[in-house]
Amino acid sequence: MKKILIVDDEPNIVMSLEYTFKKNNFEVFIARDGLEALEILKTQQPDIIILDVMMPMVDGYATIEQIKNNPKLTHCKVVFLSAKNKQQDIDKGLELGANLYVVKPFSIKKLVEQVNDLIQ
Amino acid sequence: MSSIGLLIVLAFYVSILFYIAHWAEKKSHSKWTNNAYIYSFSLAVYCSAWTYYGSIGVAATSGLSYLTIYIGPIIIIPTWMIILKKIIRISRVNKITSIADFISLRYGNSRFLGALVTLVCIFGILPYIALQLKSISDTFNIVTRTQSSTNIFSDTTTYVCLALALFASYYGTKYVDASEKRRGIVTAVAIESILKLVFFIIIGSYVTFFVFDDFDDIYEKAALLENFAQKNTIGGLSEGLNWFFLCVLSMFAIFLLPRQFHTSIVENNKEKHIQTAIWLFPLYLLLFNVFVYPIAWGGNILFEGQHLNADTYSLLIPQYFDNKFLTVMVFLGGFSAAISMIIVSSISLATMLSNNLLIPYGFVGSLQDISEEKNSKRIVLSRKIGIFLLILFAYAIYRGFVLDYSLVSIGLVSFVVIAQLAPAFFGAILWRRGSKKGAVTGIILGFLVCLYTILIPYAIGVTKSSSTFIQEGPWGFTMLKPFEIFGLNYLDPIPHAFFWSMLLNVMSYLAVSVSFKGNYRERNYAEMFVDIDKYITNHENAFVWKGIAYVSDIQKVLKRFLGEARTARALAIFNLKYNVDKNNNTADAKFIKFAENLLTGHIGTASAKILIASVIKEDKISLPEVLRILEESKENLIINKKLTDTSRELQTISEQLKDANIKLVNKDIQKDEFLDTVTHELRTPITAIRAASEILHDDDDIPLEVRKQFLKSIITESDRLNRLIDKILDLEKFETGKQKLYLSKNNILKTISNTLTPLQQLIKNKNITVVFDPDSDEIKAFYDEERIIQVIQNLISNAIKFCSSSSGKIAITVTEEQQNVVVKIYNNGNEIKAEDRESIFDKFYQSRDQNVKKPIGSGLGLAICKQIIELHKGKIWTEKTSAGATFIFTLPNYNTKENSPL
Repeated sequence: MKKILIVDDEPNIVMSLEYTFKKNNFEVFIARDGLEALEILKTQQPDIIILDVMMPMVDGYATIEQIKNNPKLTHCKVVFLSAKNKQQDIDKGLELGANLYVVKPFSIKKLVEQVNDLIQ
Repeated sequence: MSSIGLLIVLAFYVSILFYIAHWAEKKSHSKWTNNAYIYSFSLAVYCSAWTYYGSIGVAATSGLSYLTIYIGPIIIIPTWMIILKKIIRISRVNKITSIADFISLRYGNSRFLGALVTLVCIFGILPYIALQLKSISDTFNIVTRTQSSTNIFSDTTTYVCLALALFASYYGTKYVDASEKRRGIVTAVAIESILKLVFFIIIGSYVTFFVFDDFDDIYEKAALLENFAQKNTIGGLSEGLNWFFLCVLSMFAIFLLPRQFHTSIVENNKEKHIQTAIWLFPLYLLLFNVFVYPIAWGGNILFEGQHLNADTYSLLIPQYFDNKFLTVMVFLGGFSAAISMIIVSSISLATMLSNNLLIPYGFVGSLQDISEEKNSKRIVLSRKIGIFLLILFAYAIYRGFVLDYSLVSIGLVSFVVIAQLAPAFFGAILWRRGSKKGAVTGIILGFLVCLYTILIPYAIGVTKSSSTFIQEGPWGFTMLKPFEIFGLNYLDPIPHAFFWSMLLNVMSYLAVSVSFKGNYRERNYAEMFVDIDKYITNHENAFVWKGIAYVSDIQKVLKRFLGEARTARALAIFNLKYNVDKNNNTADAKFIKFAENLLTGHIGTASAKILIASVIKEDKISLPEVLRILEESKENLIINKKLTDTSRELQTISEQLKDANIKLVNKDIQKDEFLDTVTHELRTPITAIRAASEILHDDDDIPLEVRKQFLKSIITESDRLNRLIDKILDLEKFETGKQKLYLSKNNILKTISNTLTPLQQLIKNKNITVVFDPDSDEIKAFYDEERIIQVIQNLISNAIKFCSSSSGKIAITVTEEQQNVVVKIYNNGNEIKAEDRESIFDKFYQSRDQNVKKPIGSGLGLAICKQIIELHKGKIWTEKTSAGATFIFTLPNYNTKENSPL
């Protein structure tokens, strides 16, 4: 069973993601911000991390830097999920090492497909 | 004292002098040799043996008139700030090294005028140098109690002359470029000036306080002597006129004597030094005069009736009391005064002789073809020979002519001869019309008058009363008696000669200058000299020239004098200064003037012009054209200044524009940020709605409970979206001023309790204690109740959101002040950080404090509150409160008071 970590501060968005990925046979971990995510990543090595950019405390950019610097998480794929949809935001996200940048609002069905492509 | 003993002392003294010069030459950039005091003391080369011995002689025999040669300079020195500064600037930019260069350059760089000035200087100064030699010889004989020797080999002065010639030719010609500073000589002269003053004051004090009791003692005893009263008054009108002419004469001398021109102008390396000189030098002259009178009259008292040479009283008095030490000291002081004068004068005259006479009339042609090294050697050699020749000539005059004149009389003859340069000299910097023809005529006529009225009579021998030429005039023409021309019989010979020569000189200079216009070159230099301050930075611009010239030709000439490396360096500097392309081969006026200047220090202005002119082809320019070009160049200067002013203004404006632009950009950035945040805030609920709807749409197997949760989330997110849109529109209305306020008189307590009512349930649910007393007195103010409810609701909602979750407490207090109603809403939640207190009212501001959870809300509430309160002319802010946060807003109440003026 693949592991997924969802990091977002919007409970209603998290709820939809959690439901969908569980249904697609993922083991789901939830974090409401970067700090919580890094806490979880101390014990868990998920296959994929879905990361919002604008969050309180530690934002998405700072979180991915921590992830990329952690040798235990090298296999871990990262997908940014953000309402920031300007090209420069997307470029920045990919430069920081994200495997995919999905802009909000998004199709949840398509997201699942893209995630599955990534981890295969 | 024995001759041998005194010679040893002299040798020792001269070697110290050599050492000082040597040391100063090595330290030529040190502050010890380059300061205003060295400069000021070097000017005291003015005080020659004449001052040192001669003043005493005059004071003893004729009385007060010795003062005139000090009064003149002291009167004129304050003008140095303007005149001397101007001359220094002109000389610096044109590399002028002598008064002959100065005058000849101004009158069209005339070779003839330079030579004429040189001759006048030599005629004037050589007897004067001879006079210094005489003083050395006389005083040597007094100190050693020997008779003057007729055999040149046993005359000490012969050897002194040789030593001086060696010293002057070695240190005076160290550099080929005569405009280089000679720190060694100048420092040695300055030290000698200090020594001669100190020695003079010592002997003065000795006479006044040891030989006599004090000044009063001398005065009382002297008053008993014959003619005392008569010698100590200026006298009547005719004596007054004599005084006047002598004062004017010495005023001229302080500018024109070659040694003064040399020390004050050629050796000046900072204009600022003049500021020190204008007080220190007059002070020096005054100090020199304090003891002239006591020594003179002391001598008269001591040696009454012995008919001794009063010039030498300062030596005779200590000798009379057998004080060998003081006698030798006074001798050394006088020796210093004499040799300083001889050295500086001979260097200065030798430079003139070589640069204005020998080179331009002699070997300038042969200088063109040989190497730089050989040229430099020849130039230096010509100066060395010049110095030797001059001192030799002076020696010859000393042996042949002046053995029986007093120091002062020959000194004044010198002054009168040199004064012939005055009209051309002062005209040079003050009068544009002064022309070469005028200057030449004036100098020649003035000099001829001098020749007739003093030089010839003095050569014949003034004292020979048997001379019929002096007594009766030539061939019995009494109107032409050399001392009483046209029957002018109330002036002494010197003022008399000065008066007639100056009269003729000035008149002819003015008349000829006005009648015959100078050529274009003269007029060009006239402009440069008179308006030097305008041209000081780019003086090459002021040189007018037209014709064909090539840089490479001129370069070849320069190399022969400066050498390869210095020529290249000078050219690089020129190209840099005037932004000229180094491959440019056509020489313009600027370059020609620049090249002439480079050569001037080596070979003088006249030869520099001759050499450069030999490789260029000059077209004649008419005088009006020169004036037009100069006018243009002046206009250019003015236009340049205007342009600079304008460009400065433009710069200011462009900076203002830049500022405005930055503000606009900042505003744009703010606007962009606002839009970014708004779209982000809008997208978030849409994302949630879209995700939930998609699941509901695609998945038919959702358990009912979960389905309801999704539907609920769609509803809340839609509401959130709607609220957000409302608030954005609200804010936009407030910000653009479209929102109108509907003011009415309301009770603020009532408004608050009305706002609280719908929130009661929420408060109860969250177990929050609210402290508020709505039943106290009415507190009224004019406001738009709906809007203020919005503010209070927002603040109370925030308070509910942020107050302590376990035992929440909210306190609302209302107070009435003189002009305001103040509402405070406190909650016992987290404090608001100091850095957030202001920005918390910004749109979409989120606390940078990472420990505060993101509040659930639009991020616009407080921004809207601020707009509403400010529209009511109130204020809203937050205050630090112990354990909790307090928001405060005020509403003005002055218009609700019964007695309000409004």
